[in-house]
Amino acid sequence: MMNFKGNPAHKFAESPLLQLSLPPWRSRLMALLILGSFSLLIGRAFYLQIVNNDFLQEKGESRYRRNIEISASRGRIADRHGDVLAISTPMKSIWAIPSATSLTPDQSRQLAALLETDVKQLTHKLETDKSFVFLRRQIPPLVADQVAALKLPGIGQNKEYRRFYPTGEMTAHVVGFTGVDDKGLEGVELAFHEQLLGQPGGRSVIKDRRGQIVEDVGSIKTPQDGKDIRLALDSKIQYLAYSQLKQAITDNNAKAGGIIVLDARSGEILALANWPTYNPNNREKLSGAQLRNRAVTDTFEPGSTLKPFTIALALDNAKVRFDTIINCAPGRLTIGSATISDAHPHGALTVAEVIQKSSNVGAAKIAAMLPAQKMWEMFDDVGFGQVPRLGFPGEVSGRLRPWKRWRPIEQATMSYGHGISVSLIQLARAYSVFARDGDLVPLSLTRADSSMPQGARVFSAKTAREVRTMLEMAVLPGGTAPKAQIPGYRVAGKTGTAYKLEHGRYASKYVSSFVGFAPASEPRLIVAVMIDEPSAGKHYGGDVAAPVFASVMGSSLRTLGIAPDIPLVVAQSPQSPQSPKTLAAKAKL
Amino acid sequence: MFQQFLHRAWVRLIEHLDGPLLLVTGAIMVAGLATVYSATYDANNRLLAQAVNMVVGLCAMWSVAQVPPQKLMRFGVPLYVIGVILLLLVFLFGVKVNGARRWLSLGFTRIQPSELLKLAVPLMLAWYFHKHEAVLKARHYIVACVLLLVPFALIAKQPDLGTAILVGAAGFYVIFFAGLPWQVIVGLFAAAAGAAPFVWTVLHDYQRKRILTLIDPTSDPLGSGYHIIQSTIAIGSGGSFGKGWLEGTQTHLEFIPERHTDFIFAVFSEERGLLGNTVLLLLYLLLIGRGLMIAANASTLFARVMAGSITLSLFTYVFVNMGMVSGILPVVGVPLPFMSYGGTALVTLSIGIGILMSIQTHRMLVRQ
Repeated sequence: MMNFKGNPAHKFAESPLLQLSLPPWRSRLMALLILGSFSLLIGRAFYLQIVNNDFLQEKGESRYRRNIEISASRGRIADRHGDVLAISTPMKSIWAIPSATSLTPDQSRQLAALLETDVKQLTHKLETDKSFVFLRRQIPPLVADQVAALKLPGIGQNKEYRRFYPTGEMTAHVVGFTGVDDKGLEGVELAFHEQLLGQPGGRSVIKDRRGQIVEDVGSIKTPQDGKDIRLALDSKIQYLAYSQLKQAITDNNAKAGGIIVLDARSGEILALANWPTYNPNNREKLSGAQLRNRAVTDTFEPGSTLKPFTIALALDNAKVRFDTIINCAPGRLTIGSATISDAHPHGALTVAEVIQKSSNVGAAKIAAMLPAQKMWEMFDDVGFGQVPRLGFPGEVSGRLRPWKRWRPIEQATMSYGHGISVSLIQLARAYSVFARDGDLVPLSLTRADSSMPQGARVFSAKTAREVRTMLEMAVLPGGTAPKAQIPGYRVAGKTGTAYKLEHGRYASKYVSSFVGFAPASEPRLIVAVMIDEPSAGKHYGGDVAAPVFASVMGSSLRTLGIAPDIPLVVAQSPQSPQSPKTLAAKAKL
Repeated sequence: MFQQFLHRAWVRLIEHLDGPLLLVTGAIMVAGLATVYSATYDANNRLLAQAVNMVVGLCAMWSVAQVPPQKLMRFGVPLYVIGVILLLLVFLFGVKVNGARRWLSLGFTRIQPSELLKLAVPLMLAWYFHKHEAVLKARHYIVACVLLLVPFALIAKQPDLGTAILVGAAGFYVIFFAGLPWQVIVGLFAAAAGAAPFVWTVLHDYQRKRILTLIDPTSDPLGSGYHIIQSTIAIGSGGSFGKGWLEGTQTHLEFIPERHTDFIFAVFSEERGLLGNTVLLLLYLLLIGRGLMIAANASTLFARVMAGSITLSLFTYVFVNMGMVSGILPVVGVPLPFMSYGGTALVTLSIGIGILMSIQTHRMLVRQ
């Protein structure tokens, strides 16, 4: 089988010079083998270190370099006095890399207990194809420390902030709330998101195989905390407004409501509340109705609260004087095919009495003296049909149709607040033209600095003062809202009781409202109240909304330490015959 | 007088040392020490332990170098017999560690007899061929093959594929240098290729996995592919000139497994780059070249085949280790000579170098 060509040993022996050396082919083969192998190794090294260097370096870097985001704290929201309405507290979120997680039943139980979930849910979360899952977000740091102490593989945590709203329901619609990612979703949280949001910082770290941070590398960007927002809101007034509104809605078995308190001088929103509301700290069972910031997002036909604007325009244009007699008999007025009527028929009324008694016929007759364009311009000037631009989500413009398409009947109904729709905030702001001397104040959600804003003139100061006097009469006995009176303060205001439009028809449901300001001698606050669908028997604005106004306005004036402008003796008996007569006489001057 | 004594002592010290071998081995050892230092920098530094290992190795090298080849030859049979008996004992009573039965417990310590065979097998075979030098027949090669296959099988059975390959290679090189005809070699390779499917079925699951992983490491990146992926990344990260000593990120962040032992080449590669690899390979090439030169100049058949076997074994160590670490060979437990941390392999290899020195320095004496 083996046929040797000769004994190799002999071969060596035969060659005296190369005695005992290797046969040439063997040494060559060996050299070839060794050099070939080493070339292979060098070639491989060349391939890895030169050709694939970038790729492998990147791969290597991806194994140890991590960018860690350092979250910034969102700015606080505070009221005008600095009382906190929204604050961020540090929390931890627990996450898992399912593929790297393997828990013993015991560990699962412990973890589930700490995360306040059950083992079944926990395992379900971990049985996923995703490479990353949050097991639970925003748990208290103490609990997170306990989780960390379990030293579970594949489970980690990161710092987050949770938003806390100390004032809860009371300020829910103004402050709004943020989502779990610190993104403002409603209210001021959304309106001022950019300012509130901090700039998250970051640092680049090197981690070893076990995920431990070995060292910090590169530039560390320090997180920039968000800016604090100081609102114009006054927590005390907000509380008064909120609680009184809530009470009125319960008492009148109403569907919803809203209330706004404005500083007539600065245009600051001192209070804004709605009902129904919600607790921003616990939003699990949140309904759309609760979420609505009605004062801003809902419009309604304001009804009689618009009459003063029509009258003011007529006064301003010298179409009437405050004592011009308007014949309102027999309490009905037919324009085209439609008939306007008063709730209580009146006879001949002065212009002032049209406001005081809230006569639709009177208002319509005065409106008939005015060009449609003028009326439209006036409505536009006081802000109707325009988005208020406060930054709240869902702000509406209301409905103010272009004057060119107005029919005479529409102009007539608009004079007393039908066929036009406004939001409560628009209405409250519009009344600043009467509370001030004829100019419209710009609104501010945030606390204004000392300089008082310049309003846009709508009416002359004389007109504004005349209307103010008329509005004072409306609150006095003989007016529509004696319940709006406040002991010690002269009050001016107007009721509104409007039918609700449902499916294009007026249903026998009402929106009762009252807008007024005080002290009438030098107005400081404007309060607008709207109660939707009162159904406990009363529905007139003077009965439903006016008491809320009186209560909130009275308390607010006292809270702000505003001096009463009528002697206390008179205040204690507002129905004494002297007071109204004096004022009425004044009005007739 | 004293100077004369010193001079004589010095001569006595160096007379059986081979300069080139000592120089190159020393250079690799220095590189090894530096790399071990880097690889174990962050956790329980092994620098001192490895230095001690090296001193022991150098002593063993010097001692063996003093022994003339004719005397070394006499160790062949007894070492081989003792080794095989110990392997049988391991097979019967061995201690199982990590699923492999490689250790023999002596009560006070544990020994790994397979290491002994790395030298005993070539010694035995070289002695055998030397003895029958004048009348080498086919049956001698067959007997040699049997002598080789017995320990090989016992070690492979443990299982310890890395050591089995090294022992088998050492024996095969002796047979090769003793003049195994090339027809037989070709035939053996053909047979090996033919037997591959059969071998596949005999292999352990973990061994099969290693081979499969070699073809596609990403198929199991967290399991058997982990070693290869991590070491390839480490080597690749090194680039042309490396990241610098103690700067290897994959090493110091503990991404390289076994980084101070079998995978030390990845550490070296990352920190020294292609340039360092080339220098290291050249050093090994010098060592192997010197070994082959010694083999070629050897005065007896025993010396020639022994030197050849030791040199080619050294080459096998280097190639298998580097091939494994750089991802062109499957993962087998073979250390990188004079680089990897660990005393046993270091001493074995040092003895090997010592034998080479002995062969080189006793040559003249024989001729005379």
